[in-house]
Formats: sequence, structure tokens, C-alpha cells
Amino acid sequence: MSVDKLTISASDLGRRRTTGKIKQIAEPYLYLSPSIILICLVIFTPLVIGISYAFQSMHLFNPGDVEWIGFEHFEKIYSDRKFFIALKNTFWWTFGSVLLQFSLGLGLALLLKQGFHGRKVFQALIFLPWAVPTFLSALIWAWLFNPVIGPLPHWFVSLGMLDEPYNILADPDFALFGPIIANVWFGISFFAITLLASLQSIPDEMYEAAAIDGASKWQIFSKITLPFLAPMIVITVMLRTVWIANFADLIYVMTGGGAANSTQILSTYIFTTAFKKLDFGYASAVSVVLLVLLLLFATLLLKMRQKFVRVN
Amino acid sequence: MSVISKPNLALTIGKYLALACYLAFALFPLYWLFKISVTPEKLIYTDGIALWPSEYTFDNFKSVILLTDFLVYFKNSIIVSFGTAAITTIIAAAAGYAFSRFNFRGKKVIIGIMLITQMFPLLIIIAPIYKIIAGLGLLNTLTSLIVVYTAFNVPFATFLMQSFFDGIPKDLEEAAMIDGCSRFQAVRKVVFPLTLPGLAATLGFVFTAAWSELLFAIMLINSNDTMTFPVGLLTFVSKFSVDWGQMMAAGVFALIPSCLFFIFIQRYLVQGLTSGAVKG
Repeated sequence: MSVDKLTISASDLGRRRTTGKIKQIAEPYLYLSPSIILICLVIFTPLVIGISYAFQSMHLFNPGDVEWIGFEHFEKIYSDRKFFIALKNTFWWTFGSVLLQFSLGLGLALLLKQGFHGRKVFQALIFLPWAVPTFLSALIWAWLFNPVIGPLPHWFVSLGMLDEPYNILADPDFALFGPIIANVWFGISFFAITLLASLQSIPDEMYEAAAIDGASKWQIFSKITLPFLAPMIVITVMLRTVWIANFADLIYVMTGGGAANSTQILSTYIFTTAFKKLDFGYASAVSVVLLVLLLLFATLLLKMRQKFVRVN
Repeated sequence: MSVISKPNLALTIGKYLALACYLAFALFPLYWLFKISVTPEKLIYTDGIALWPSEYTFDNFKSVILLTDFLVYFKNSIIVSFGTAAITTIIAAAAGYAFSRFNFRGKKVIIGIMLITQMFPLLIIIAPIYKIIAGLGLLNTLTSLIVVYTAFNVPFATFLMQSFFDGIPKDLEEAAMIDGCSRFQAVRKVVFPLTLPGLAATLGFVFTAAWSELLFAIMLINSNDTMTFPVGLLTFVSKFSVDWGQMMAAGVFALIPSCLFFIFIQRYLVQGLTSGAVKG
């Protein structure tokens, strides 16, 4: 089967639809209605209310004392040094985690695609970290990095990476690596599973044909495997990026943003502001800024995807 | 099992080495969890970095089951996670199918809305959701958790299902429809069997996400009868003066359902069902 047959061009779909009846026009909306209704009620209504908090002066434990203050919070953000530290950390935290999760996940998916002895057992075991509740993963890794109750600092010394066994989570220069490693451990499975599932939907015939034509392994990978995976890669990378940027749990439990703010990312900063300083209005304002930044990122990525799909 | 792989000793060794590294990385932290759970309390710090404690005990497991409300939390988490996974997957399969097979007005807007749901820090909507749920009188119910979890998992599950549907050639169900099937029949008989790996993956993801969710569970539940597992784990930190051994033992228990679930669904992940069907 040729590649052309598998790809569905949008114009083709469009032509068929216009000839359809009203029933056919209504069909997709019918399928979508449960999800749209649920999302509007449970997510969007509260979101709008939540965004409105960003423009109000609002402290959690005196609810009577609420007033509209316009953009005052946003002006405060502009001169908030901690915000910019957190912004920079958010970038490294997200970039490092996604890059490592993705490359290791892709590697694992490719390995799993090939057969080997004991694959079933292996696969059941390798995906286990994903099943561990986040809170528990954070605790386990905090233990592992602790020189009193965890082996990692001692191994780092043996490998010559550290001079003496100490807790890197308390070292401003290295602390962010701790949560990133924990996050990579937890998230490889996500990419491995989604990418493996799309790898398995690539027809064997394509590989057979390529092998008959004498294509090299690299050619097969770059000309068949990658283009087939591309849509899945874009979606998973994008979602994972916004999730990780918003993902406060691991850092909150492991370091609390600590080692002199070196692991403070925006989402942990938001939590600290809301629950320790009890300033809900300012926390909402920072959340809105983070939302806008992630929206820009996603738009950019989707634009790139459109370009890519057209070339295909 | 691609036809291109020729036996090559160095490559084979490299492959198994890589697999071993992955496995060690994935399992060592879990081993450590297990190790702490079998270490008697007095040895937790003195045998802190030993690979295996000089004495071991299963008392922690026993006391978790007998002395705590662990079984209640466990049952609640099972109900919430299964409920969420099943409802989400059905709703998302319908939506994903619509995205994959139809071009319609407002498609981009709806996709955009679904993406936005993934992009903001949850904190911003926690207070409003609390107010709404309280207003409906649903605080401390498992229903409230299922509804909220389902709403938050549907967008991702939809994208996942969409990409699985995208991978199934449209020709297949069109052929069936030309042969006189209705769309529903075509989907049920032709597309559904091919989507099983996708459905399984989606179920698995949503199940584990619901299983470990902490934030909403803390905010919406404070009665002991409806507490879920992660919140229950937290009570080990606050109620008693942090009993690490018991907490880690409870953590080991927490892994069991997710493991069983993964073992169950991986049958579908393994089968390359799609590749078989396109051959015809």
C-alpha cells in the first residue's frame, strides 16, 4: 500500500461533507457534545471566575475584603525579582525534563518495537514508574538523594562527580537536577507508550518495501518511521511541555522551591503565594501570565506542525 | 518484528545492555521503596545506605492493613479511578473520532478550547471549583472527584484517541459503509477492533492519572470515609509523626492496582493489530 492512500487530504474531506445532508453536518457535533458540555461546566466556568481573581485584591482568610484593582497585580509582577528567577527556572525545568523524557522514551519505544526474549515481562516492569503516585515518587527520590538514607550521593562520589557525599537538593547549583531526574524517571513511560502505540500502527509493508529497495536503516528511520510518528510527537511534546511547566508536585515535595529559590518554578511560586502568603489575587495573576506564555508556545508549535503536515 | 533486522552480535549486545539500563533506572527507586518498607524502624537511619537492611520485617505491611483505614482509601481510589477511566475513554473516543473523521465548522475553536484546558496552573481554578462543588452539595463525595477528573482527562484522552483513529485508514470503514453498514456498525465491527491498543493506552493513562491525583482530592474531600489513597498517604505525614516504614509499605500497596492494570492492558499494547488489518 502506498503512502498516498493512507493520508487523507483535508480538501477531499471537505468536498464529501458539503454534499452531505443536515444529519451528516450535525453528526460530529453530536459525538463532541458530551466532552464540550463537561469541559465548559467543570473547567471553563471556574477558569473565568479564577481569572477574575487576578484583577481583585483577595486574601483567602478575609473573604469579605475583596475589591477590584485592575492591573495592579500585573504591574507588581513586572518588578518582582522572584517572578523572573522562577521564570528562568521554569524554562530549564521544562526544557530539560521534556528533552530527556522524549529522547529516552523514543529510544525505549524503538527497542520495544523489536522483539526480544522476555519482552512481555520487561514491558510490564519498565512502565511501572508511571503508575507511582507523584507524591510518592517525590518522596522516594528525596530519599535517594539524601546521603544519610539514600545511596545516590555515595555513587556520585565513586564516579567522581562529587567530592563528598552531600545532598545535591540543598546545593543551589545542582538542586534543579534532582526534580528533573525524578521527572524523567516518571515520564519516560508516557512517551514510550504513546510512541510505541503509533509505531505499531505503521504497516509492515512499508518496511518490507523499503528493505526490498535496499534502504539503509537510517533511511528507513528518517523516511518512514519519523514522518509517521511526527503528528504524535508534536501532540505529545506539546502537551507534556505544558503539563511539566505547570507541574508543581515533584518540586514542592522534594525541595519546596528551595536551595535559595534555585528550584522555584512559576507553578511552585504560585502555590507558595496562595497557601503560605495567602495572597490569592496575586497567585491568580501569576497563573494568568503562565497561561499566556504557554498559549504562545502552543500556538507556535501548532503553526510549525501545520507547515510540516502540508509538506508531507 | 521488522524484516530488516539481521543478526549482528555487537548490535544485539548493545540492545540488551540498553534494555538493562532502562530496567535498572526504572526499578531501582521502587526497590528502595520496598527496602525501606521492610526495614524495622530502629534501623531506618543506621542501615540507611545499605542495599539490604541487616534485619527485615513485614510488620509495617501488617500494621498498615490492620491499624489504618488503608483499605477504605484503597476501595475509594479504585472506584474513582475505574469510574474516571471508563467514562473518560468513552467520551474521548467519541470526540476523537469526530476530530479524526470529520471536517466541520468550529473544529479549530473546539481543539483550541481543549488545549487551553491543559495550560493553566490548577491553582487558579481550585477556589472556584470548591465553591461550585460545595454549592451543589457534593463535597466529600466520590462523584465530585469522578466528574472533575473526567473533565480534566477528556482533552488529552481525546487527542490520544484522535491520533489512533488517524492511524487507521479511512478506506476501511468506508468500504464497510459501501457494503451497507451504517457508520455505527462500521465503527463497531471494523474500526473498534483496530483501536483496541489505543483504547487500552487511554484507559491506562487516565486510570493512573486519577489514581495519583492529590490536589483536588485534598481540596474536595476531608471525610475519612471518602478519602482517596494519595490523601491517605499524606495522613502518614501529618497524623502520626511520619512513620516512614508504614508509609512506604502503604506505598508498595499503592502500586499494586496500577501494576495489575498495566499488565492487563499491555496485551493490547503489544499486539500490532493495525498492521495486520491493513494487509487485506
